[in-house]
Amino acid sequence: MDPADQNGKADFDVAVIGAGVVGAALAQAFTLAGARVVVLEKAVDVLDGASKGNSAILHTGFDAPEGSVELACIREGYALYHDIRERLGLPLIRAGAMVLAWTEEEEAGLPALVAQAQTNGVTDVHPLTGLQARALEPALSPTVRAGFRVPGEHLIDPWSAAHGYLMQALANGACLLRQAEVLTGRRAGDRWQLATTAGEVSADLVINAAGLWGDEVDRRVTGESWFTIKPRKGQFVVYDKTAAALAGHILLPVPTKITKGIVVCRTAFGNLLVGPTAEEQDDREHATVDRETLQALMRRGSEILPALAGHEVTAVYAGLRPATEEKEYRIRTDLAPGYICVGGIRSTGLSAALGIAAHVVRLAGRSGSGMADPIWPAMPNISVAGTRDWQSPGHGGVVCHCELVTRREIEAALSGPLAAGSLAGLKRRTRVTMGRCQGFFCSAELARLTEGRLAQPMLAPTDG
Amino acid sequence: MAEAEVIVIGGGPAGLGAATELARTGRRVLVLEREAEAGGIPRHCGHYPFGMREFHRVLRGPDYAAQLVKTARAAGVTIRNRTTVTALRPHGEVEITDDAGPALLTAKAVLLATGVRETSRAARLIGGEKPGGIVSTGALQGMVYLNRQQPFRQPVILGSEMVAFSALLTCRHAGIKPLAMIETGPRITARRPAHWLASVMGVQIHLHSDVIAIHGRTRVDGVSLATPYGPKDLPADGVIVSGGFRPDATLLRASHLEVDHGSGGPVIDRWGRLSDPAYFAAGNLLRGVETAGWCWAEGRRTAGAILAALAGRLPDPGGTRISLGHPALRLALPQVIGTGPADRPERRSDFVHSRLQIRLQCPAKGQLRLMQGGRILASTRIDSLPERRLSLPLKAVSGLGGPLTLTIE
Repeated sequence: MDPADQNGKADFDVAVIGAGVVGAALAQAFTLAGARVVVLEKAVDVLDGASKGNSAILHTGFDAPEGSVELACIREGYALYHDIRERLGLPLIRAGAMVLAWTEEEEAGLPALVAQAQTNGVTDVHPLTGLQARALEPALSPTVRAGFRVPGEHLIDPWSAAHGYLMQALANGACLLRQAEVLTGRRAGDRWQLATTAGEVSADLVINAAGLWGDEVDRRVTGESWFTIKPRKGQFVVYDKTAAALAGHILLPVPTKITKGIVVCRTAFGNLLVGPTAEEQDDREHATVDRETLQALMRRGSEILPALAGHEVTAVYAGLRPATEEKEYRIRTDLAPGYICVGGIRSTGLSAALGIAAHVVRLAGRSGSGMADPIWPAMPNISVAGTRDWQSPGHGGVVCHCELVTRREIEAALSGPLAAGSLAGLKRRTRVTMGRCQGFFCSAELARLTEGRLAQPMLAPTDG
Repeated sequence: MAEAEVIVIGGGPAGLGAATELARTGRRVLVLEREAEAGGIPRHCGHYPFGMREFHRVLRGPDYAAQLVKTARAAGVTIRNRTTVTALRPHGEVEITDDAGPALLTAKAVLLATGVRETSRAARLIGGEKPGGIVSTGALQGMVYLNRQQPFRQPVILGSEMVAFSALLTCRHAGIKPLAMIETGPRITARRPAHWLASVMGVQIHLHSDVIAIHGRTRVDGVSLATPYGPKDLPADGVIVSGGFRPDATLLRASHLEVDHGSGGPVIDRWGRLSDPAYFAAGNLLRGVETAGWCWAEGRRTAGAILAALAGRLPDPGGTRISLGHPALRLALPQVIGTGPADRPERRSDFVHSRLQIRLQCPAKGQLRLMQGGRILASTRIDSLPERRLSLPLKAVSGLGGPLTLTIE
């Protein structure tokens, strides 16, 4: 759909700035509430900022600050994910979590965490002795002292979830503009006029879901920002699928004030993840890994699960959290008329996204009405929790051998309203090149299949 | 009814060598190849020399691969392309998928010949970002020779094994001008004449050096090196991550079959037989990298062992496992030396592995010895780098005399 009308302007009810998981959920919620929505994304593909790298856990909110908006959004987001996931074809791996204490000091902190979980409405937590923990997870190091179990913590596919929210918005009339960086905003009567790199867009309501650029978008649209993004980097190590058998539960440490700490858990794709670190940096575009930190993560992983030392590393990555001066989400409606800032959504954004969107719809006074019979597009399953495409006929052959991605899956991800714009986007949609060989076998075939079809090509542009 | 008496998984030199040999004796052989065409890695090695051992001619990789396929078909081998094996089950049951969907195939014997891949950038824990333009030699060759594409113009090449020089040849063919080769060790891993190619192409070699970080958000726009002379930045637009060959053992690791953690491939006995005697393995899956000709010959010999197994001539599996008694040793294969009666001399003609193949993981010097109960069974003097070919004779070795240990003294 071309958003620009003949007069070069496009009129919408709501403009969501940023197509991360929060922007996707906002687009879905406002579309289903009956609004005509445009999503403005500056990159060639969606989920290109904070949402591209996280630990892919659906949190219950057991350790979120009591009484916070964050807690309320996690709780609501958690419930909403359960409500809609089947209709959108999204996986849920009911792993459960264990919070584990490895030192005397951490052990002393456990009762307060259990009490907080109860206060937060997560009432099914069960204290564990070290022996009980090891009975449930035999690969755990015998140095574990104690812990508690949170059965409601689950694993999800972080990309299919966000793609699913956005796809439902698009299927029901929303519009996605990529390479549409917002440059300025001005009020024209009682509407907003946004100048973007993809043309002018006008809307009644502008929602800033720009993640790592939230403060900058505040400034560009309203002239000032009330917070500063302080990017916090997290590095991760992804182990081979053979390691996934070492941990059924999500293994969480006792959290500190700054971070949830280093987690060991399976992924929805059948690997085992160790991470993230929490490293403050000024740069909001470049998330780098470094060998020393990765090795430290691997050592920590092997301290928790000694058998992990014998397993191969499949992938490493780094993500950036859009942290701010404060822990609480930066959601405000009073900065300018018809403007809502949804900033500072950190690690819990994946769990909370649907709750944040519902909260913001209420803040905007749009709840109540809504589409009578919306379309529910089902996302293709790429997780271990369901049937994969290679299991049904007509798939055209397997292209990515490590992750068993078929030609049909790749073709589907390269077409439609949410077609991949980059190799990274294709990877998030299909898992191509994300397995053991990291592209040794299929890169050439992918370069051929994607030639001329990605906004950001796989290969360097050639002369003439 | 079984689809074939023997299923061969992987249509590279080892798999096709074995399949051809088996078909020539009248066995029904099915090769399962997951790519669009069989031939294996030589398909995208557009340079010489291939085929000396097999066809007594010097061929380019793709012509050699085509010749292997033609010879196999002429011998009566059935090759199913674009057919992916998804699981190995006990007693020679193989789960597959192709465009028609999943299916289960069975055979009396299954040969695994799934080959190797290079160690990825991720597994090497190289720092920096993840822009486009970081490829293995295998991926580069596919892009250049199969697709006629040019992924970058001035990359750096990591590693100095033979394959790194193969990457240089590929670059020269495509008009790509590498800036440098980077080797962490004190010497080039490949044998000497390889140096000349780098100097002819004007490619600088940095020894004792490493890539610390790769820069660029969408495409590589530089690399940072640590060198003995301090940090150095190069304006590379790509990175070729070469060598560090690992068996492509995805199926094996997910199966009931025993894996050797040193090689990353299967545990085999002298007949190339795995812990489930319905399964055999040959080629680079066993160890990392050898030449195509070596793999082809190994495949042919393994076909002989499979014929012996089908004729009931092989003993029950099992025996004595060779242990590695020095930290520089990465692998020794076969890993198991049998104790059964078929280890008698009259059965030795069925052996696939009459020598112990050995690889190091770091440079080592000294006397390489195979020991059994204080006795030296075989010994040779070595001064070797990793990935070089080393071996010891196994003719006089039996698993009956107690534990076997390989050492360097």
